[in-house]
Amino acid sequence: MTTAAATSGADLLQALAAGLVSGSVEIVDLAHTLSPDFPVMVLPPEFGQCQPFRIEEVSRYDGRGPGWYWNNISMSEHAGTHFDAPAHWISGKNLPEATVDAIPLDRLARPAVVLDFSGESAKDEDFLLTRAHLEAWEAENGAIEAGSWALFRTGWSKHLGTAKYLNLREDGAHSPGPASDAMEFLVKERGIVGFGTETIGTDAGQGSHLSPPYPAHFILHGNGRYGLQCLDALDRLPTRGALLFAAPLKIRHGSGSPLRVFALVPRAED
Amino acid sequence: MTRPLAPPPRKDPQRATRPPELPPVQRSRAALGLTARAARGVFALQVCGACGTVAYPPRDACAGCLSTELVFRPVADGGEVIAQTVIRATPDLYFRDRTPWRVGMVRMDCGPSIVAHLHGDVEVPGRCRMVARLDKGGNAVLMARPETWSEAMADDPEWRELTAHPKFRRVLVTAGREPVGQAVAAALSKAGAAIVFVGIAEPWKPFAGEAQLRAIPNVQIMPLDLTDTASVHELAGEIGGKTDIIVNTADHVRPGGIVDANTLVAARDSFEVNVFGLQRLAAAFGPGMRSRGADGVNSAAAIVDVLPVEALGNTPGFGFHGASAAARHSLLQCLRAEMRPGGVRVMSVFTGPVDDAWRQTVPPPKVAPAQIARAVVTALAEGIEESFVGDVAIDVAARFAQDPKVLERELGS
Repeated sequence: MTTAAATSGADLLQALAAGLVSGSVEIVDLAHTLSPDFPVMVLPPEFGQCQPFRIEEVSRYDGRGPGWYWNNISMSEHAGTHFDAPAHWISGKNLPEATVDAIPLDRLARPAVVLDFSGESAKDEDFLLTRAHLEAWEAENGAIEAGSWALFRTGWSKHLGTAKYLNLREDGAHSPGPASDAMEFLVKERGIVGFGTETIGTDAGQGSHLSPPYPAHFILHGNGRYGLQCLDALDRLPTRGALLFAAPLKIRHGSGSPLRVFALVPRAED
Repeated sequence: MTRPLAPPPRKDPQRATRPPELPPVQRSRAALGLTARAARGVFALQVCGACGTVAYPPRDACAGCLSTELVFRPVADGGEVIAQTVIRATPDLYFRDRTPWRVGMVRMDCGPSIVAHLHGDVEVPGRCRMVARLDKGGNAVLMARPETWSEAMADDPEWRELTAHPKFRRVLVTAGREPVGQAVAAALSKAGAAIVFVGIAEPWKPFAGEAQLRAIPNVQIMPLDLTDTASVHELAGEIGGKTDIIVNTADHVRPGGIVDANTLVAARDSFEVNVFGLQRLAAAFGPGMRSRGADGVNSAAAIVDVLPVEALGNTPGFGFHGASAAARHSLLQCLRAEMRPGGVRVMSVFTGPVDDAWRQTVPPPKVAPAQIARAVVTALAEGIEESFVGDVAIDVAARFAQDPKVLERELGS
């Protein structure tokens, strides 16, 4: 980091470009494919519903357009791998720069720290990440740097395509997520830019029963931070050292957006 | 005795599928009055308002007194079969593939003598009951059936041409997550369907009744989301060549009108399921079914849509639901004409308010899923194009026939 500060922007970019061309810097795709059968958040049916991704062919080299292929697409802002802006939650509704079209550009590319709790999540589908877990993690891995994305690795992306992904039962969904003290710690004491998960939301499946309800949404967005969910391939990121690109669509007054999230990582040493 | 239908052999891949042909389609405008009643399973003939003569075939003026006051009314359906013949050779493209074909002369108790199709179990001479049904071309024809009916008689080949009986046919029920779809699947299985494909949307969400649904004999669960064009086409790609009957039980219902609630999202959801869902089904399965309308015992036979009777008049408390039902009704009229060349029937089963959580505040009488299931099987087995389930649906249909404007004010007050 100190060397970067001493190096000019042009040199940095040139080195990065060279790394990308030579392959010493690799790109890891963290987005799932947007498809109609990708699950969406389930709310009680009397509430407004999150529309899943839909695609209608306009023409495909046929009578509707002989020389070209294109589709119309429609979806919720919160379908597929997607970004949550602060205005998504009531706690963030009065903040400045709270919608996707107003996000400061320097937030679109940030370092990522991967918090691997996939073992715990495999044992406990309702695993709650607490402040104590994070303190123990930091004792082993060092402090989480301010301004970075905290990515909560649970292995949950491997359940996509099965009922386990949402894991819905009569008492709601069951999937891992953060407790409120973990969110308070990450946001207020560590100053993360956002929190990313492999699950359908940034909160636990049973997050509505925590205090405050949906602590990840409430605390992140109430403090102007962002959420990423339905991430893929977190197991391909190093604990530290990945540069995350998360640029939502520039939707006027938008609360979030599906996006192609990817990370730059150093090529694994042979 | 009707010879029991044998299960059809598996299709010979080397034989061309017999293209559908229709019986003679031309009818006078007066005859369409007979068709309209037959579509609802009603035997009605023209009765002269001046002299009371019962007329057949339909005409513009009374043969007794030349009055033009001929009105279709239900009449006594009993009669005496006095003669018969069996047609063994004919240049007509439809009938030449279906000979021998039995026809007879029936002297009706209500007056006229009628040349009609004869059910195989009708004795000559002997008593019979006349029924009016639609043939493959969608026109009314009359058939003399035995005075007493038994289920075994449904296998009669001439009668089966007038129905879309589920026996030995492969049926797709589109919405297995809901009680109506589950009840319909159970009833069709019981009625002899060879396979009941049951569409399940969003299989990653559990649903009530899943275990019971899976336990129904001949049920096969298939992924199907009517709001997803690709899903519908993928299923058609898989089973479209052997889907003989579709029963669309999907109905997205939400309360609310259009002024008081900000309902555009829910309104779109309703149209995606109720209107565009039907369109997607028709576009994906229609062409294949239309080409298999004469494909033997398990030919493609019918598309049945279970829709709310609000199609005929809007109930403002469920304003958008009613609007989607009206659009659905209109599309069914279009689909009926589009499927007719293939000899595939399009049937509407109009229901009163279903007894479910969304209609909890709607006062009885309400309709139970099992009632709808019975009506679907009856429509198929009896060849009834339009049926009405529950007191509300029957009442709304009657008032609609009297004056749609009066109905609008009654439903909207």
